Amino acid sequence: MQPHLLVHNKSDNVGVVVVEGVTAGMELLGVQLEDNSDFRIVALQDTPIGHKVALTQLTNGGDVIKYGEVIGRLVADVPAGDHVHTQNLKTKRW
Amino acid sequence: MSTQTSDMAAATALHAGKKIMAWRRENGRVGVRNHVVILPLDDISNAACEAVAAHIQGTMALPHAYGRLQFGEDLELHFRTMIGTGANPNVAACIVIGIEAGWTQKVVDGIAKTGKPVAGFWIEGNGDIATVASASRKAKEFVHWAGEQMREPCDLTELWVAAKCGESDTTTGLASCPTVGNMYDKLVPAGLYGCFGETSELTGAEHLAAKRAATPEVAEKFMRVWQAYQDDVIEAHKTSDLSDSQPTKGNIAGGLTTIEEKALGNLEKIGKNISYIDVLEPAEAPAKGAGLYFMDTSSAAAECCTLQAAAGYVVHIFPTGQGNVIGNPIMPVIKVTGNPRTVRQMSEHVDVDVSGVVKREMTIDQAGDVLIDMIVKTANGRPTAAEALGHREFVMTKLYRSA
Repeated sequence: MQPHLLVHNKSDNVGVVVVEGVTAGMELLGVQLEDNSDFRIVALQDTPIGHKVALTQLTNGGDVIKYGEVIGRLVADVPAGDHVHTQNLKTKRW
Repeated sequence: MSTQTSDMAAATALHAGKKIMAWRRENGRVGVRNHVVILPLDDISNAACEAVAAHIQGTMALPHAYGRLQFGEDLELHFRTMIGTGANPNVAACIVIGIEAGWTQKVVDGIAKTGKPVAGFWIEGNGDIATVASASRKAKEFVHWAGEQMREPCDLTELWVAAKCGESDTTTGLASCPTVGNMYDKLVPAGLYGCFGETSELTGAEHLAAKRAATPEVAEKFMRVWQAYQDDVIEAHKTSDLSDSQPTKGNIAGGLTTIEEKALGNLEKIGKNISYIDVLEPAEAPAKGAGLYFMDTSSAAAECCTLQAAAGYVVHIFPTGQGNVIGNPIMPVIKVTGNPRTVRQMSEHVDVDVSGVVKREMTIDQAGDVLIDMIVKTANGRPTAAEALGHREFVMTKLYRSA
C-alpha cells in the first residue's frame, strides 16, 4: 500500500503528505524513512499534497524538527494530526 | 569498506565507462550542442543580433538587458558572463555585436582563447543595417562550418553538469534533490565536474553546507560568501522576514513553510558522500580539476543557470516540485520532479519522473540511474522539455546600479 505520509528522520516531529486528497478524519499510513517502520495517524484537517502534519502534540514556542534539524518555531499549540504551515510555524532566520 | 560505500564505488566504476556522442572543441572541452550564437555586448545591440538571427537560419541571438555604464566588480561580472557564454563548449562559433569597438573586441578576444571561430562587429560609424549585413555574411560562414563538425565518442564523465532547484516543495527534499545527489555521488568520483549555488537558499542549512567542504579553508570561504550575502543583501534591504519571497508563493503552496526547511531540501542535491573542492565567484570557471564546486549565485533560476553556463557547464539538472519551467539557450536543462501532482498537471515540462520515490515504488539509487540515463540521452541529442518548448531564459546578474 502506498504511504500517505513520509518522515525524513526519527527525531522529526512533522511528516509530509505525499498523496492528493487527504481529508479531515482520514487515517494516514505513515512511513519513517530511516528504518522503514510504519505508523498510523488521523489527519485533523484537509491537507494538500506536500504539506506537513504534526506527529505529536506540539507546543507554542517549541521547535519544529524535520530532517533532524530545526526548521522554525511554533507560534501556536498544534495537536497531533494537525496541519503545520505558515499559520503556526515561522522562520527563526531573517 | 561498508557495503553502501562499496556499492557506490561499483556504481561509479560502471558509469565511468559510459560513452556519449558529443563535440570535442578546440580546447579539449566536450560540448553537447552545436550552437552558432549571435551575442550582444549590450542592450542596444539586441536589435542587430536578432536581425542577424532572423536572417541566417541555424543561429541564435541572446538578447539581454545590460552592458552599458557598468563599472568595477559589476562590469567584471558582465564581461565574465559574456565571454564565458561565448566560450561554452555547447557554442561552436560566436558573433559578437556591440555598440562600439573597444568592449566588443574585449569579448571577442576572451572567447577566441578557446580556439573557436569568433568575430566582432560594432554599430557606431556603420549603423544597424550595414552591421547586420556584415555580421550575417560571417554568421552564414559559421553555420556552414559548425554543420561540418562531427560528434565523436567522449566519456560521460567528461561532462560538466550543474544543478539548481526551483519552485521547490517538500517532494524536492524527499525525491528530486536526492536523485541529483545520487547522480553526483556516482559520477563526481569518476571525473565529472559538478556545481551547485543558490547562496540565499542555503540559509538554515549553511552549517551543514560548510561541513561538506573538502577542507577547512574551503569551508571558511563558503561561510564568508554566505555571510556577505546576509549582510550586504538581506540585512541591507529587507523590510520583513522575506515571507512570500523566501520561501516563494509557489514553495508555500507546495507545503514549504520556512527558509530553513527549503534549504535543507535544497542541500540534498549534493549527495551524501562527496564534498565540494572550491567556492566560485559568479560565472567563474572552475580551476581545481574534476569535482563538485559551490558557486555564489542568486537563487532565481534564470540568473543561476546563466552564470553556471558562463562558467562552462554544458548540462543542467533542475529538480522541481511545483513545476518551474526554466530553460537556458545554450545549456540543456533537464527537469526532474518527484511530485505526482506536477507530473499529472505539467507533464510536458518533466524529463525525469521520480514520483515513484514518494510512492515507495522506486529507490533513490534507481532514480539516480534513471537520471544518469537521461543525461546520456540529452548529451547524445535528445531535446529536453525546455528546449522543445522554446525556453531560452538568458538573464545577466547585475550587482548594483550603473554609473
